[in-house]
Amino acid sequence: MSPVLAFLGRRLLGAFVALFVASIVIFAALNILPGDPASVILGRNATPQAHAVLTKRMQLDRPATTRYVDWLTGFVHGDLGVSAVSLAQGQHDTVWQQISGPLKNSAILAAIAAFFMIPLSIGLGVIGPIYPGKPIDHAISVLSLGAIALPEFVTGSLLIGVFFVALDWLPPVAIVPPGGNPLDNPSQLVLPVLTLLFASLAAGVRMVRAGMTEVLQTEYVQTARLNGVAERRVLSRYALRNALAPSVQVLAQNLQWLIGGIIITESVFAYPGIGTTLVNAVQNRDVTVVQSVAMLIAVVYVVLNLLADLVVMLLVPKLREPV
Amino acid sequence: MSDRFRFLRTTSGAIGAGIVLFVVLVAIFGPYLAPHDPAAPVGIPLSGSSSHAWLGTDFLGRDVLSRVLYGGRSVIGYAAAATVLAYMVGMAIGLTAGYARSLVDPVLMRSVDVMLAFPPLLFLLVLIAGAGTSVAVLIIGVAAIQAPAISRIVRTATLEVSTRGYVEAGIARGERAFAVIGREVLPNIMAPLLVDAGLRFTYSILIIASVNFLGLGLQPPNSDWALMISENRTYIQLNPWSVLVPAAMIGLLTIGINLTGDAIARSLGRSYVPRATRSVVS
Repeated sequence: MSPVLAFLGRRLLGAFVALFVASIVIFAALNILPGDPASVILGRNATPQAHAVLTKRMQLDRPATTRYVDWLTGFVHGDLGVSAVSLAQGQHDTVWQQISGPLKNSAILAAIAAFFMIPLSIGLGVIGPIYPGKPIDHAISVLSLGAIALPEFVTGSLLIGVFFVALDWLPPVAIVPPGGNPLDNPSQLVLPVLTLLFASLAAGVRMVRAGMTEVLQTEYVQTARLNGVAERRVLSRYALRNALAPSVQVLAQNLQWLIGGIIITESVFAYPGIGTTLVNAVQNRDVTVVQSVAMLIAVVYVVLNLLADLVVMLLVPKLREPV
Repeated sequence: MSDRFRFLRTTSGAIGAGIVLFVVLVAIFGPYLAPHDPAAPVGIPLSGSSSHAWLGTDFLGRDVLSRVLYGGRSVIGYAAAATVLAYMVGMAIGLTAGYARSLVDPVLMRSVDVMLAFPPLLFLLVLIAGAGTSVAVLIIGVAAIQAPAISRIVRTATLEVSTRGYVEAGIARGERAFAVIGREVLPNIMAPLLVDAGLRFTYSILIIASVNFLGLGLQPPNSDWALMISENRTYIQLNPWSVLVPAAMIGLLTIGINLTGDAIARSLGRSYVPRATRSVVS
């Protein structure tokens, strides 16, 4: 078997194990930890009748292992289950009905942020090492150190303070009517995208910067310069390419941070995405919604990780050698 | 100035340490300076700054300045509690794994890999959905998120130190494992762990504040900077201070710790320290 395939196989296996463990943790935290999910959903003042009805509707009389296996097989086949809170209200809303709209909204928000994030973090990360010790180098490194430390909800609140309260240029919320398209009103997406960019960009810039600094000190860059190769060509042909390979992994990591950041950012701007859906479900103790949404996010997270490994492997032939 | 505080001589180190000191002093001594009861209404809701309430009032008419002065204790206290708890668990596992390799090592390494493949905030939200919103759940959850990575760092440091002559001498003298770990291993892995602990502390602040902001941690009517932001942000136009001042306090604290941590790492001669803050946050 070729080393590439072996590497791929190992990573795939690792990803499956991680997701399997994640599914057990999620299920256990939501079904076994609270003791009785039905009384959790109904709250303290539930009548015994309501409790019995919900237990029956959620099929909680079956053993936890059976429920776990059923949930996981359903999930793998694309059946995310039925919202527990809707069952308690005598309705039958599937989780998919609740999340398909928000999922699309979140994907749009994340895509816009990622679209700006990747070129910007490469661009800003490369400038510093090209002009070491110059004001622009200091400005970028101080700003990124500051930005990396701020939680999304603080960044978002401060941006609202500047662009809405002080300047009144941009709206402080991003409201999308059910079934509407967030792109219909692009100005309200500016602040959420900026908030997401601010945090994830800073980390990316620092990594690209570290990679570029290192590469610029290598012997092949020195040699190229001494041979009289034009500086522009040294940077683009010799330095940047080699600096970018390790950065790919970091950029993938940034995309993962986007997923976490999006949960908070959506809440700051009341944006109807998967993050606000999750937070609402946690507040309402809707265990089935939390269960499936959490699993879905974990899958996206692990897949991104896997893709990053793949791209890095394609860029750096060294890694393909068996260890 | 002793060697240990060399980082204070750098500009960023001095600024960072100054900022942290300021915020911590506000958090500790703020409640004694507060002009009003943080839970009692003192005027018309959302009025602007006046001589009576310097930073105006919040959405229930409570004094914003007093709430800011009271609101730092929970931010710093809970984060410190979570970090200490995480370190207690992480040290126990990491020392065992590093010192008595065959026992826990493989299990530990795999479990850390799994944890790293799972968004931490998501883990916390799932835990809260299952166990309910309470401070105890929040602290235990944040500690659980951090313990695996800490144990990995402790293990690596222990492994390295365990092969040194002074440890082998201790074992050769017939000392018990506890004594060797306590007297020979621990003192020698302290320095790198302290830097790491600082970063973990920032991370604890970030994630606990984020959960409080989402309304899934500390509940009203407590004064807490993150909670203040989420309570008042709908009315930001009426009294911006009620949101911007607590936001600035949290921002100052995390930026200050990061600047200080960076300067310390540099003075220890490491050009690059992996940043715990973001790599685990979301």
